[in-house]
Amino acid sequence: MEVFQLLVSGVSQGCVYGLIALGFVLIYKATEMVNFAQGDLMMVGAFMAVTFVNVLGMPFLSGVLAALVAMAVIGVVLERLLLRPMIGEPHFAVLMLTIGLGFVLRAIAGAIWGSNPRPLETPYSGRVLEIGELVIGFESIAIVGGTLLLCGLLFGFFRFTRLGIAMQAASQNQLAAYYVGIPVKRIYSLVWALSAVIATCAGILTAPVSLVDPLMGFIGIKAFAAAIVGGFGSLPGAIIGGLVVGLAEQFAGLYLPPGFADMSAYVILLVMLVLRPQGLFATMHRKKV
Amino acid sequence: MRFIRKTRYEQDLALFRHGGQRFWYGLLLLVLLAAPLLLDRFYLGELALVFIYAIAGVGLMLLVGYTGLVSLGHAAFLAIGAYAQAYLLVRGWPFPAALAAATLLTAAVGGLVALPAVRMTGIYLAVATLAFAVIVEHLIMNWTSVTGGFRGMAVPAATWLGMDFTGPTAFYLLCLGVLVLVLWLALNLLRSPSGRAMLAVRDSEISAESMGIHIARTKALAFALSAGFTGLAGGLFAHKIGYLAPDAFTFLISIQLLLMVVVGGLGSLHGAVFGAIFIGLLPQGLAVLRDTLPPAVAQLPGLEPGIFGLILILFLIYEPLGIYGRWIKVRAWLDAFPLYRRATHKRQKQYLRTERLQ
Repeated sequence: MEVFQLLVSGVSQGCVYGLIALGFVLIYKATEMVNFAQGDLMMVGAFMAVTFVNVLGMPFLSGVLAALVAMAVIGVVLERLLLRPMIGEPHFAVLMLTIGLGFVLRAIAGAIWGSNPRPLETPYSGRVLEIGELVIGFESIAIVGGTLLLCGLLFGFFRFTRLGIAMQAASQNQLAAYYVGIPVKRIYSLVWALSAVIATCAGILTAPVSLVDPLMGFIGIKAFAAAIVGGFGSLPGAIIGGLVVGLAEQFAGLYLPPGFADMSAYVILLVMLVLRPQGLFATMHRKKV
Repeated sequence: MRFIRKTRYEQDLALFRHGGQRFWYGLLLLVLLAAPLLLDRFYLGELALVFIYAIAGVGLMLLVGYTGLVSLGHAAFLAIGAYAQAYLLVRGWPFPAALAAATLLTAAVGGLVALPAVRMTGIYLAVATLAFAVIVEHLIMNWTSVTGGFRGMAVPAATWLGMDFTGPTAFYLLCLGVLVLVLWLALNLLRSPSGRAMLAVRDSEISAESMGIHIARTKALAFALSAGFTGLAGGLFAHKIGYLAPDAFTFLISIQLLLMVVVGGLGSLHGAVFGAIFIGLLPQGLAVLRDTLPPAVAQLPGLEPGIFGLILILFLIYEPLGIYGRWIKVRAWLDAFPLYRRATHKRQKQYLRTERLQ
């Protein structure tokens, strides 16, 4: 029974990693930029939801919607101000820039909301579902359900809509995309908005389980491990990588000496990079000359 | 603009390009040697710290600036050097032997890390080094018999043959000497075939490979040397802080080291030194800033990393070549005055082509 309990918490934690990883992958797929501040976007999104729902007293669903809209705007503004000048610069420079952005976001969040952890009040917090001896919190169900729903929406978006296909085109060759009339710059803004929205979803789903504080974005690094395990350019890979990392963490905590649980994500990452550097679902092959 | 008329091949290999350089660097060295007579002990301590940062910066610059491999985990090498130094001194090794062993050990670890790392490029490598650094941090916390875990461990005093390196002047001179040695080694390396191979790998792996350069060996060498220099800095750093604890070597330190080479200017040893001066002076500047700000703002917990991040962003957008790049522009302006043309250093717009095949 203990194993099933761990399985449930591992899957729900893995879905959170997967959702953040989804944001990484989305931005990487569309703009070939690696956004290290994804975890911090999640943190800001969760704080937005706390502000709208707890502080301003809006109903839960409209508060969440307001948070999503606010974060989409923040995503566009960040892209316009910081990432737009970096188009065409080396990957490394963009990576460093987003690391810096993460530090700045953390400082700003600390200044506005303070460093004390805050809970997010949801209609489903505290309720549990009991199946035999198994106890599943509604929070976990919400995380898994929300992840599945979001994945379905994104799959449809990239497969069937003009905008989604334009995003893929822009990701494959900026210049060629310009030539066929795709507004590449506007597409990049929209990708950042979408990615910020996904990060906010992850933040809102995980907020009832882990409290909201300025340092919660650090799980973004573990989500990064998830994205790499899944192969950096693959959307289903991100979710599966998240599940692998989440489950490994729970079971390492049970079977291995203390200290290994925190390390397990990174050990998996290193093993993965050594054995199969292109990830489980590879999209990158040999570099063209 | 100074044009050098080269008449002998040895001029291409000379350590200094012309007499002016020899004069100014000699003068700088003399001033630094005379500094203990003029400055009080607080500033000597700060300068020694700047030198230690510069040693680590040269190490990281070899990797990031000259070989084009990004490491987000150099704090781990700093930690390995520092703990090895402290552990060996506790076991009774003489000071120079411990420092040399700490350097070699860190270089060996760097070489081991390089074995899998040479197969990766770009972000994959950066993330692998990050994972390595986190694993080292957890090892330090949990391997209590060697590192003391969270309790930390005291670093024994640095003494050898009756010489005591613990005083501010002696430690300052020691750090200065090591920095000059490291800079000399790095300059020699960069003029040698191995160093030029690193530059070739940075600029294009494919053309380097087709020129007959062994890519994996070059990258592994760069990793080992970079780790070794950083470990050496770590050994000195251990004496500087006096008491080692795991929280002295976090992810933030790795970022700070990377910030140092980026802000200083990638691809130049000047950049490593400029970056070290910048990083060394920044906390002092922030302390002054805190006094002038209203207390509500000045007491914010994340202020310092936030300002680090902001500076990093501004440099990356407006001056990707860092302080050294700005200095080159200022020098060109002075050389050409009043005929400097604004387009001289204009950046060319680039387009990125994907590395993925779909």
